[in-house]
Amino acid sequence: MKKVTSAAVGAALITSVSVPTMAMAEDLTLCWAAWDPANALVELSKEFEAQSGHTMNFEFIPWPNFADRMLNELNSGGKLCDLLIGDSQWIGGGAENGHYVKLNDFFDTEGISMDDFAPATVYAYSTWPKGTPNYYALPAMGDANGWFYRKDWFSDPEIQAAFKEATGRDLGEPKTQREMLEIAQFFQGREIDGKTVYGASIFTERGSEGITMGVTSALYPWGFKYENTPGSYDMEGAVNSPEAVEALEFYKEFYETATPPGYTNSYMGESLDAFKSGQVAMAMNWFAFFPGLYADPATGGDKIDFFVNPPQNQAGSTLGGQGISVVAYSDKQDAALEYIKWFADPEVQAKWWELGGYSAHNSVLNDPGFKDSAPFAGDFLEAMGAVQDFWQEPAYAELLLAMQKRIHDYVVADQGTAQEALDKLIEDWTETFEDEGKL
Amino acid sequence: MTDTLADKAAGATPKRVVRKIRGLSDRAIAWIFVAPTIFLLLAINIFPLIWTIQLSFTNFRANRLTREPEFIGLRNYERILTDSDIWLNMQATAHFLFWTIALQVLIGFTLAWLINKKFKGNDLWTTIIVLPMMLSPAVVGNFWKFLYQPQIGLFNYIVAFFTGKEPSSFEMLGSVQLAPWSIVIVDTWMWTPFVMLICLAGLRSIPDYIYEAAEVDRASKLRQFFTITIPMVLPFLMLAVLFRGIENFKMFDLVVQLTGGGPGSTTELTSINLKREAFEKWRTGYASAYAIILFVTVFGLASIYVKALNKVKER
Repeated sequence: MKKVTSAAVGAALITSVSVPTMAMAEDLTLCWAAWDPANALVELSKEFEAQSGHTMNFEFIPWPNFADRMLNELNSGGKLCDLLIGDSQWIGGGAENGHYVKLNDFFDTEGISMDDFAPATVYAYSTWPKGTPNYYALPAMGDANGWFYRKDWFSDPEIQAAFKEATGRDLGEPKTQREMLEIAQFFQGREIDGKTVYGASIFTERGSEGITMGVTSALYPWGFKYENTPGSYDMEGAVNSPEAVEALEFYKEFYETATPPGYTNSYMGESLDAFKSGQVAMAMNWFAFFPGLYADPATGGDKIDFFVNPPQNQAGSTLGGQGISVVAYSDKQDAALEYIKWFADPEVQAKWWELGGYSAHNSVLNDPGFKDSAPFAGDFLEAMGAVQDFWQEPAYAELLLAMQKRIHDYVVADQGTAQEALDKLIEDWTETFEDEGKL
Repeated sequence: MTDTLADKAAGATPKRVVRKIRGLSDRAIAWIFVAPTIFLLLAINIFPLIWTIQLSFTNFRANRLTREPEFIGLRNYERILTDSDIWLNMQATAHFLFWTIALQVLIGFTLAWLINKKFKGNDLWTTIIVLPMMLSPAVVGNFWKFLYQPQIGLFNYIVAFFTGKEPSSFEMLGSVQLAPWSIVIVDTWMWTPFVMLICLAGLRSIPDYIYEAAEVDRASKLRQFFTITIPMVLPFLMLAVLFRGIENFKMFDLVVQLTGGGPGSTTELTSINLKREAFEKWRTGYASAYAIILFVTVFGLASIYVKALNKVKER
């Protein structure tokens, strides 16, 4: 017995000495928002568990609390998450405050090239300072704000005739923002199947990021810019340009004349509810929800179709999506990096798209069959070609809250003018950048 | 002679312990007992307060621990007191405070006065009336949100029934004019029972013989109400106002659930704004100054009020 014990101790010692060269089975926790793609990732990750021997746990937070919860976790140096699929706007804070592990050396060692991913996603989800080859995340989930509509209503001959009579145009997918408003106004208050329906559901939420994500879908097509020269923080004349004022007035008109009553604080969930309950003809939301919408037995299938955010002066869509980062406070960074290596594999990326995740890998996006692989795949590609994102500065939360306030005050609370709202926004942002020492 | 409880406790004390504490004065023993509480109070209340005061003179941000905070004097205080948006938040808070307290006192006292009349089913009605205050504010906020929904909400349909308006023609939570009243209505619905209970305690503490003496003196019911009932219930009523005032000054959960501070910033009370500054924007130094200003305001007003309350009680 004594001999057996000695042998066991000896074996344990040898094993412990050789541990650094072997990957131990770890319990990894991946944090993300609670939504449809997260369920797809759980399914996808089973393959990683089988291959690596690691166990994957998931912490999914509802969207309205996601930023609050996760940024608090990072700021307090919490060890809850080993991997975090964080919003694109967090990359500046994640990098500068040391929350995310810099991945350059790891990418070089493992032969992972950022050239294999769509350039817009690498720029938005991975780099800090913006556009430099300093990577803090791997593009995990491409996304943009798009639109979907009731195809069955749009193809109804009676409705088509009524639309033609009212506008002189054929009813179809809008080619401009103004056309989209006209269609929404046409449906507003109309009786369809004995029920009053409304034009469209748009984002108006005040608490987190809703109205900013909604209004930028109008601002970008009008040509909105955050700075006159990138990196200069020179905002006067850019943020409050005549085009920006016009776009903001447009969004307010849209809210006032073409949305269901009571949608004063609506975001992703409310938009989906309004559409699925048959209240609206069109709705804006993230492409991430489109697979689920298409599969919906009541309003999906041949009753739904999708279109990219229409241009006005130029093409422009609000960027969503996230990159996957290794949290610097994690004690299991090696295993977390193993996950990233596995996730970057083109085969895994192809499966990710199949399951309902939006891969940003070129091997998936450039596949000749990609456009026809789903009814919204072509629109997604088009949207990703003209995306713009909000500030990604470390002070992003402060910049976002200022915009939430100024835009909601003007659009929903009907206070002041569009010009005043944007002028005040510049004042708020200037104060923030002064505090940051950037002005 | 029968042993008192203290004698029994002394007898049960182990001899080893008795030897140790023998020689300690009563004062020292009292300190030993009080010390843990004082220590906890210092750690939980006084130390954070002093630290907050110190932080309020800096540009410290709790999400930038690597950046050394700078002393900026009274800059945070100056910024807050000259910010017109913060004064709008203060106005929203004052509107909410004034109307919730006024309505709760009026309705609460009336309900207490009615419940105090002996009638059949008195206890059942009391139980039904106090139900709202037993619910969680998050739950109340959520279901009132549905009640206020312009298309399916019961509240809009009830108003429509009495006024003949279309239910979806007005939005309680989405309208700048109505949203401040919508939060007043919900808070009043929830907390009037609390004021009622305190008033009921006051009404039941008035001895019957005072009313009997007034009857003998042929004082009218109205006269009895204004010269006996109101003065004798007043200290209780003032206490209820103090409790509700302090509670509503820091109102957060219910309003966040209902309106999130909107539309725009119409119902953004100071506590909601403070939370955004401290834990969303992470302007810790600025938020500390903001908290100190609110603390001084509440503490000052409450002190004046308590003095007035004591004077009323002395009369």
